[in-house]
Amino acid sequence: MVNVELVKSPVVRPDERGHEADHPTSLVAGFGMDQPLRLDCGVDLTPFQIAYQTYGTLNADKSNAILVCHALTGDQHVANINPITGKPGWWQTLVGPGKALDTERYFIICSNVLGGCMGSTGPASTNPATGKIWGLDFPVITIPDMVRAQAMLIDSLGIGQLFCVVGGSMGGMQTLQWTAAYPERVFSALAVACSTRHSAQNIAFHELGRQAVMADPDWRGGRYFEEGTHPHRGLGVARMAAHITYLSDAALHRKFGRRMQDRELPTFSFDADFQVESYLRYQGSSFVERFDANSYLYLTRAMDYFDIAADHNGKLAEAFRDTQTRFCLMSFTSDWLFPTAESRDVVHALNAGGVRVSFAEIETDKGHDAFLLDVPEFLDIAGAFLNSAASVRGLPVTGT
Amino acid sequence: MAFPQQTLPLNAAVATPAPRGTQDYRGDHLLVAEMIKPGSKVLDVGCGDGDLLQLLESRGIDGRGIELSREGVNRCVGKGLAVVQGDADTDLINYPDDAFDYVILSQTLQATRQPRVVLENLLRIGRSAIVSFPNFGFWKMRVQLLVGGRMPRTENLPATWYDTPNIHFCTIKDFVVLCDEINVKMERAVALDLYGRPLRLNAPWWFWNMFGEQGVFLLSRASKSAQP
Repeated sequence: MVNVELVKSPVVRPDERGHEADHPTSLVAGFGMDQPLRLDCGVDLTPFQIAYQTYGTLNADKSNAILVCHALTGDQHVANINPITGKPGWWQTLVGPGKALDTERYFIICSNVLGGCMGSTGPASTNPATGKIWGLDFPVITIPDMVRAQAMLIDSLGIGQLFCVVGGSMGGMQTLQWTAAYPERVFSALAVACSTRHSAQNIAFHELGRQAVMADPDWRGGRYFEEGTHPHRGLGVARMAAHITYLSDAALHRKFGRRMQDRELPTFSFDADFQVESYLRYQGSSFVERFDANSYLYLTRAMDYFDIAADHNGKLAEAFRDTQTRFCLMSFTSDWLFPTAESRDVVHALNAGGVRVSFAEIETDKGHDAFLLDVPEFLDIAGAFLNSAASVRGLPVTGT
Repeated sequence: MAFPQQTLPLNAAVATPAPRGTQDYRGDHLLVAEMIKPGSKVLDVGCGDGDLLQLLESRGIDGRGIELSREGVNRCVGKGLAVVQGDADTDLINYPDDAFDYVILSQTLQATRQPRVVLENLLRIGRSAIVSFPNFGFWKMRVQLLVGGRMPRTENLPATWYDTPNIHFCTIKDFVVLCDEINVKMERAVALDLYGRPLRLNAPWWFWNMFGEQGVFLLSRASKSAQP
């Protein structure tokens, strides 16, 4: 059991903290002034860069590329040791040799999202126009903006059509946006624990997180790099609140119950008497060491604005009409952040559009986070879906 | 469900099933498959473990499925089939008119809450519908009720009255009457015996109703001029 108190002062010097944002431990695709990215807010972002990782080998006809889209606080290090945390890649349950996203058969690409803080241009990056860190001067971005940037990366790799776009949560939103924006470039799409729009409850939780960050005096109106501070308390609280939404009542009860942390009796204080408190504090403190507070504001905002139907006269089916992409959607019974009903709405829209779609609901008490965990039924179905798509695409399949 | 469920393990390693001989398929499935023109787009409502869909896909038919049970859906998706979880009673309304060439309701009609509404929806979504159902007029049923005085149970319908999902049993004769009432045209009708073999084609309706263990019907919308 973890027992790490909230880190008292994780202030890192601005030059160190900004280093990964400008000079990531990753491949980087740079887009100069001749390739501006037109954002939904009307701003042309230029120049900008996208940091990415690849695994496996691109085949001769470039037909085996899979794009993995990461979730809110994920990054491009999907299946390698993370250079910041030293931990294994965040989706090694799904990505690797012999896994569903088999690095021996597919060429896997994962890029840090636009607005992120792991090497793709975002609020923690240096604004080349001023030589200062962007901070809140960075334009507000959307999920479609992230996907446009990814498409430019895919172009730069010389890949026309992706064999599959895969993602969970915010990554699932990007996946669905890919199929709506570039249907002919997506042969198959695997979208897990997500929706085509952010619900009011989810926006509410994001607003809680943002307010926690902005209420921290060390946030300094977003200019904490210059001021040598870091809103670690606010960001830590934001992460703690968000983390609760990634779990479930049953999972919390199973993992922690009302058990005490290294003590028999209550201390009659506000120490972390309960294991669940200690766990949440650890989640908060470890998060602030690897994530930029402003980036958290921008990415949560992008999720809030996401609504594919709104871009198609309020009719979701219009977004997917006659798409040839093969879809697989999955949800988890205990996920209350993106409940099954939301996936079902997407499925109905896809069916109404005549699209080939599979949809499975996986029984688990692990909540929203289940897509990141070892849930065999989910991993098996993902593998089977990719295998059947591979056989149609003429790619090698396992077991043959 | 009406038929014993074949338990097929989820197996990520096998995407394209090994070619199966016709002897591996259920008689009613083979009959249904034979009614469908190659290259058609088909929706199988209540597709169970996806055996029929696999048979159809192996014949170059674009098959989609709806299944109520999560286990069934997940087994289907695990086989690479385009199947979604859904309920024939509530979810068919989400499909647009003429979305499919054929809509299949195999051994599921008797488990729906509103068989008439479901049947009407099948022929709205699909240009044709194929419906198979267990015949409650089958002689074994009649004997059990008449002689034993108890609700019938057979090899293919082993559930007791209190735990059966089948809440709207009908006979072949009942079904024919319903089709007339809602102005549905019967393109083809076949009765199968207990072993899934078709009964004699020239047999009269009463014979089918007595000796058919199940009925399989290919239906289409009656032409507008035929409507009263």
